[in-house]
Amino acid sequence: MKKPKIKSIPYEEFNDNETFESLVQKLNENGVNIVVKSLDDLFDWGRSNSLWPLTFATSCCGIEFMAVCAARYDIARFGFEVTRNSPRHADVILVSGTIVKKMAPVLKRLYDQMADPKYVIAIGGCSISGGPFRKSYHVVMGVDEIIPVDVYVPGCPPRPEAFLYGMMQLQRIVKVENFFGTTNRKERDPFKKEYEERSEKILASQEEA
Amino acid sequence: MVLDYQIIAPADLHQEMLRLRAEKGMDFLVNLTGMDWGEEGFGVVYQLESTQTGEQINIKAICADRENPTLPTVSDIWDIANIYEREVYDFLGIIFTGHPDMRRIYLREDWVGYPLRKDDKPEEQNPLRMDAVPLSDETVCYEMGEDGKLVKRKNVIFEQDDYVVNMGPQHPSTHGVLHFRVALEGERIKKVDPVLGYIHRGIEKMNESMTYPQTLALTDRMDYLGAMQNRHALCKVIEEAMGVEVSDRVKVIRTIMDELQRIDSHILFFSCLCQDLGATTAFLYGFRDREKVLDIFEETCGGRLILNYNTIGGVQADLHPNFVRRVKEFIPVMRKGLKEYNDIFTGNVIARNRMEGVGILTKDQVIAMGCTGGTGRASGWHNDLRKLRPYDAYDRVDFKEITFEKGDSFARYMVRLLEIEESLKIIEQLIDNIPEGSYQEKMKPIIKVPEGTYYSAVEGSRGQFGVFLESRGDKFPYRIHYRSTGLPLVYAMDTVCRGNLIADLVTIGGTLDYVVPDIDR
Ligand code: SF4
Repeated sequence: MKKPKIKSIPYEEFNDNETFESLVQKLNENGVNIVVKSLDDLFDWGRSNSLWPLTFATSCCGIEFMAVCAARYDIARFGFEVTRNSPRHADVILVSGTIVKKMAPVLKRLYDQMADPKYVIAIGGCSISGGPFRKSYHVVMGVDEIIPVDVYVPGCPPRPEAFLYGMMQLQRIVKVENFFGTTNRKERDPFKKEYEERSEKILASQEEA
Repeated sequence: MVLDYQIIAPADLHQEMLRLRAEKGMDFLVNLTGMDWGEEGFGVVYQLESTQTGEQINIKAICADRENPTLPTVSDIWDIANIYEREVYDFLGIIFTGHPDMRRIYLREDWVGYPLRKDDKPEEQNPLRMDAVPLSDETVCYEMGEDGKLVKRKNVIFEQDDYVVNMGPQHPSTHGVLHFRVALEGERIKKVDPVLGYIHRGIEKMNESMTYPQTLALTDRMDYLGAMQNRHALCKVIEEAMGVEVSDRVKVIRTIMDELQRIDSHILFFSCLCQDLGATTAFLYGFRDREKVLDIFEETCGGRLILNYNTIGGVQADLHPNFVRRVKEFIPVMRKGLKEYNDIFTGNVIARNRMEGVGILTKDQVIAMGCTGGTGRASGWHNDLRKLRPYDAYDRVDFKEITFEKGDSFARYMVRLLEIEESLKIIEQLIDNIPEGSYQEKMKPIIKVPEGTYYSAVEGSRGQFGVFLESRGDKFPYRIHYRSTGLPLVYAMDTVCRGNLIADLVTIGGTLDYVVPDIDR
């Protein structure tokens, strides 16, 4: 298996490599020939080093995101500094902050407006599971109820270092994708189907209610 | 402090309020809290204050009819009641007769039920809806008819041929998820209609099923740039209700921490405003200095943003041994930073042109709309609680209350920059003589607050942050209501933006300095 390299950090130092490896396996099920694979590598190298995030922040975690963008933590070292205000230009959405029921349709629409290939990082307890507001009547218990999530970054708020670590994990995922085989052809994406099934389930439960 | 109140029958309420306004000069409606008293019915607690004499009067109005609760509006007497009453309608379903705009404000228009009613089950009736949020251009107004029946009347928010632009909820310059519907006449703003609730987390309802120490955790997450002060206010109201006196050391620590928080918040204000106006360098300068404050916080509290430091009867942990040294190192750095801010941005011609004379609020307006904090002071209203009713260590330090007369965006900007300097002065006076003593009073394992109604406020980073607490003697609060500092500011947007250019909406919103999760709670 290919072991992607991110900066000078050795592969073993990343946590939870098992999940990552199972993901790689799933992505590579179809297999590709060597010429395409080399092209893939080139593309993925470029894509992983210029992931443009959407400026999206609903609450406290968003302030930490601003700190990550500023001088001390300097997200530009990884090529993420081009924050976009329009979802049409963005590659990745960092859901930083609580998502409440009124906001959920807006978030879904933002996600749908982004061009493929697109990624989601759930930042902070709130967007992972509802966090400190788990008992609330108006909070969505995790954004993965509405959109598919690639990387979870726990914390309340996560430290800026955790943000960067989460984004590096995303870089690793991008690096092992088969751009021409699957990422670029959504009908072959193994995860797309899961997501669609889940969306349908939510819609169905709504109609019942 | 314990709230003493008079009870006034709903039928006489409007008359009596008019009289208080005229005879007693009660021109500032501090807080308006909707209540569900169970058997007794629904009601509202009004807290009035005179800006001339400082006298305070509290009024309670009860409507016993649980089926169709109604009360007369006071929105014609105090402008800010307009939005407060909509909030009460949204959460408790009390209809205010004569109010021009009885619409929900936080929850979706198709929301079922009123969540703050004790017998409401909001989760069961409201599953996650994924269709777009409905927004109507019409609203209703209820009048009390001759025969005691409610008469419904339509009111128009936007005319059929108004040109309406949506700004938000996903917009980089609204400082969170705020949604403005703006009607335009060419490039000029005709009307602004704020739609709130995109980050309404139901904190007040959650508090009702939490023990007192648990409720503390959520205050930090409301106005995260005033985390210290918010929690301070809640601790203060509980301590006062229980008759706990904290040690001198705690008082001084809390004062220093509040001021550090204020500096943190004002730097962020500066950074974001500059960013919104296109000055990215200034943004980076601001964040460079802010990190130093966060370092100080981190050593003592363990957190950077969510600090969880104040507790009932003291603070979580004693000061870190490095604290005094770090703070002393920080003060000259901050002074140098301030000079840089002024060089790079305050004197800038573009910045001046965009701020001077734009978005003017008069003193009468800020009082009527309850805009406390820097926004009020920029219009010449002396509203600083640290001066008016000094708490903790504020009575033993010497500092100036910064006020301006002009009330434009530039004045609001300057107030904040100058306040950083005043905060530094306060810290300087206290840092060398932090008294010895315990940092935490001994409290019972289960904290119960005696029965009663209490209110306590501190000067937050952006105005008066108050906590209204009603206790029935249990270990859970019966009702907690937070006086949001940002809600009046957002309400002021309509008044202050009218006639200005749409591009200035960003500047004006930036200088008013609101934080959205604090508005939505
Ligand atoms: S996880 Fe914590 S810090 Fe982040 S948005 Fe939620 S409450 Fe705020």
